Amino acid sequence: MTDLATYNFAYLDEQTKRMIRRAILKAIAIPGYQVPFASREMPMPYGWGTGGVQVTAAVLGPDDTLKVIDQGADDTTNAVSIRAFFQKVANVRVTTKTADATIIQTRHRIPEAQLQAGQILVYQVPIPEPLRFLEPRETETRKMHALEEYGLMHVKLYEDIARHGHIATTYAYPVKVEGRYVMDPSPTPKFDNPKMHMSPALQLFGAGREKRIYAVPPYTEVVSLDFEDHPFEIQTFSQPCALCGAKGSYLDEVILDDKGGSMFVCSDTDFCEDRQAKGHRGALAADTAEAAE
Amino acid sequence: MRSDTQIFEGGFSDSVLNAQTVFRALMDAMANPGRIVEVSDLATPPAPLTPLAASIAATLFDHDATVWCDRAISGSTASTGWLKFHTGLELTGETADADFALISDVATMPSLESFCRGTSEYPDRSTTLILQIDGFDGAETLVLEGPGIKDSMAFSPSQLPRMFIDQWAGNRAAFPRGVDLIFAGKGVLAALPRTTRIKKTEA
Repeated sequence: MTDLATYNFAYLDEQTKRMIRRAILKAIAIPGYQVPFASREMPMPYGWGTGGVQVTAAVLGPDDTLKVIDQGADDTTNAVSIRAFFQKVANVRVTTKTADATIIQTRHRIPEAQLQAGQILVYQVPIPEPLRFLEPRETETRKMHALEEYGLMHVKLYEDIARHGHIATTYAYPVKVEGRYVMDPSPTPKFDNPKMHMSPALQLFGAGREKRIYAVPPYTEVVSLDFEDHPFEIQTFSQPCALCGAKGSYLDEVILDDKGGSMFVCSDTDFCEDRQAKGHRGALAADTAEAAE
Repeated sequence: MRSDTQIFEGGFSDSVLNAQTVFRALMDAMANPGRIVEVSDLATPPAPLTPLAASIAATLFDHDATVWCDRAISGSTASTGWLKFHTGLELTGETADADFALISDVATMPSLESFCRGTSEYPDRSTTLILQIDGFDGAETLVLEGPGIKDSMAFSPSQLPRMFIDQWAGNRAAFPRGVDLIFAGKGVLAALPRTTRIKKTEA
């Protein structure tokens, strides 16, 4: 504990935590609305999850168990460094198991395992404003949200259909929260959008550079925007995970050689390892591959 | 000298971790409207401030928070002195300017409409009301619906503002503008964010 004395618990000073906590309560009371907050400089660059880190730091307590994922993986640079950060500044328990975590900070994925009531999912958000690439002026997008004027977003999705024959947006797919605010679910694949709907877990979103916090309370309606004749669809994969054989999980392509060889594996490493521990095997799992040789 | 002691003493025993515990209870309550959440390790302020309301104040208030107090609290120099010393808040006499309101006498409080509901562009610039009540075993039961509630939730605070059903319907109709309520009982709290609908009442 002696080396903790140099920082306040969970790094942030108490006034900053109070400011963030007030913003979080407002964000929960107005689901999908982006609450401005006085984002601080963090000891990591923008784009590394400074918004998510600040939200986690304001929420975290000594009894929590923290899990951090980056594109579903617990073992990539961003996840490892943020997990180590909170171990150092809050001396908090960490885990890679989705079911054991009370707080899960995520960069661009929602775990495959169903989240439970009482769990908190903290998203790292680069661009919180879903209308930003359609209308660069904050004064205008704010007015559009105030007037519930979301026609432009439907035009964008329509242009996708006109150009590609289907809605080609595959990540950061816009959702409408509780029939009111259009919200950016952060750059998660649209595969994860249905998991946000009526989730028993509390979902908090932090955008550090853009200085916004927003939230989706548990059991809240989250509907992906679509058209009657072009309904929202999630990605599907033609083959199961090569390691655990899972069908219906989100897969990453891993390049195996320079001759065009590749494999598809679960992006959620904990989900995949859990399945392998339970005896599920895919076509390229170590022991299956050996048996085939 | 006696009142000075009242002012300076009775803060959190651990300002960092106690505030975190109270905040998590508040967040849990706000995310699950009507849920009754227990809180311990409370501050011990001078009356008429209650330990839980004072702990919420110590968790959320600072120099960036403009707070309106009802007559019983603002009339007590010990209570306002405690709040000023332990939080550094800014007091206001105007309900419409308040980020927070501290209310000890729910029966005589101003209408919800008189507090700030925020603007259409910034609905977050609204008043959060903290109501000191006895508990959650009131005679009247409200059945709640809305975000954070799976099916429906029974909620029976021991005190409610006058004409609450009508007042709350007015607050709900202004969404996304509106006020949010925190009910502070004895060691237990609950919240009603502006999204919550009252389906019916049962006596």
